[in-house]
Amino acid sequence: MTSLFEEITPEASGDVPTRKITISINGEQRSANVEPRLLLAHLIRQGFKLTGTHTGCDTTNCGACTVLLDGEPVKSCTMLAVQANGHEVTTVEGLAGPSELHPIQEGFKDEHGLQCGFCTPGMMLTAKALLDRNPDPTEEDVRWALAGNLCRCTGYQNIVKAVLWAGDKLRGEADGGEES
Amino acid sequence: MYPPRFRYEAPQTIDEAIQLLSEGGGDAKILAGGQSLIPLLKLRFASPPLLVDINEIPGLDHLDFAADGSIRIGALCRHAALERSEELRVRQPTMAAAAGLVADPIVRNRGTFVGSLCHADPQGDWAAVMVALGGSLVAQGPNGRRSIPVKDLVHGPFQNALTHNEIGVEATVPAPQGTPLGGYLKLERRIGDFATVAVAASVDIEGGAVSRAGIGLVAVGSKTMDASDAAASLVGGPLTPESISSAADLAAEVAKPRSDHRGSADYKKHIVRTFVTRILTRVSSSLEKAA
Ligand SMILES: Cc1cc2nc3c(=O)[nH]c(=O)nc-3n(C[C@H](O)[C@H](O)[C@H](O)COP(=O)(O)OP(=O)(O)OC[C@H]3O[C@@H](n4cnc5c(N)ncnc54)[C@H](O)[C@@H]3O)c2cc1C
Repeated sequence: MTSLFEEITPEASGDVPTRKITISINGEQRSANVEPRLLLAHLIRQGFKLTGTHTGCDTTNCGACTVLLDGEPVKSCTMLAVQANGHEVTTVEGLAGPSELHPIQEGFKDEHGLQCGFCTPGMMLTAKALLDRNPDPTEEDVRWALAGNLCRCTGYQNIVKAVLWAGDKLRGEADGGEES
Repeated sequence: MYPPRFRYEAPQTIDEAIQLLSEGGGDAKILAGGQSLIPLLKLRFASPPLLVDINEIPGLDHLDFAADGSIRIGALCRHAALERSEELRVRQPTMAAAAGLVADPIVRNRGTFVGSLCHADPQGDWAAVMVALGGSLVAQGPNGRRSIPVKDLVHGPFQNALTHNEIGVEATVPAPQGTPLGGYLKLERRIGDFATVAVAASVDIEGGAVSRAGIGLVAVGSKTMDASDAAASLVGGPLTPESISSAADLAAEVAKPRSDHRGSADYKKHIVRTFVTRILTRVSSSLEKAA
């Protein structure tokens, strides 16, 4: 029997009906046999061992489990893993290149956009979708886009600055948020 | 939290989906955006043996504007698509005003307009907008399609008028009778929270007078409230401070809120009156400016 807490093996086990799904996760095709009730967040964490995706409230409120599904932020605790079959998922592990941080990660580092870091992966992925759609957002745009991601440490101020910093950097203006 | 076990099917056509729902005999559930259903499954408030996921059915994500001003919203049109539609802002300002106030931006990427109507939450935003616009849900079942006015769709909290093997395939907003104006105001404790109170008020204006009006109220009763008398009182004349104030009073009379952690019943009635006044006053001053 598949325990939801245990490793999710690529081969079906026991008597529980499973489905074979294939997901492109951070550009890599991965397959798994999963129970339909398995949540995407658990496939990512327990199945694919990508523990950068956090589960916080588990009630669709906090956004810590946010991943990108075909480029759009979704709360992975509120989607079935089977529903991601054939789709592209990006997790925080997919942000950095082989040797350098993604500008959004740099921004969070430079502007102190995190304290405990629990909400950070979700924040950064939501920020990525925003900057992909709107490369030059206003502070108001950033606040609006991040409204579904809760942070209990920072008071959001530095998170907003970090995203604006990353926007500047990605547009090739200054090195990040230096007054330009 | 893990949902209970269920059989999962993701049909490719509406007919197959209806077939599956018929087989399920009342125990099957449709899965659309999942932003209400999956939390309910996780909390074990629902444990349907069969989930029919409609997300794989092509051709259901439309948001179509007809030349006459009527609008069709497909079952897989997400809240976010409505929020981002420039055309919606021009064609139907009451809907556009609500689009960015439903849940939070991430939930809006998955949650659907039609799913929200079917979910029949007295605190849901879209049903009130549709009541104000005189909109309908188009349901398809084994015997074909029928159109159900949204004001008759909701029977009570989380109860809709669909039979077990009907699917809401799209929602329709009728053509306006003049220039469509209006707005949506929502009082919420924080973004992503359900409404403490919200009001949708829509007026079509022709030759300086109100040709059609609708007012829907959120979270002030066991279902979405239709302040039809308040709306009817506006029709036939121009929007004046007097007509606005009497419509606001009539709307507050329809509201049957309960005191809870979000506020007292009196406070909520007061908000209904204030929001109706505010929306209609804004409309009236935009008309004055345009004149
Ligand atoms: C944190 C959070 C905050 C929220 N805040 C708000 C808010 O402020 N205002 C608001 O209005 N909503 C809010 N919601 C709910 C959200 O808008 C949902 O998207 C919506 O209620 C349901 O749409 P869905 O597509 O997600 O439906 P699902 O969750 O997939 O389904 C909901 C119900 O409707 C039925 N159903 C769905 N589609 C159809 C169909 N086509 N035909 C027949 N039956 C169908 C399902 O069987 C199920 O019973 C919130 C949700 C969350 C998680």
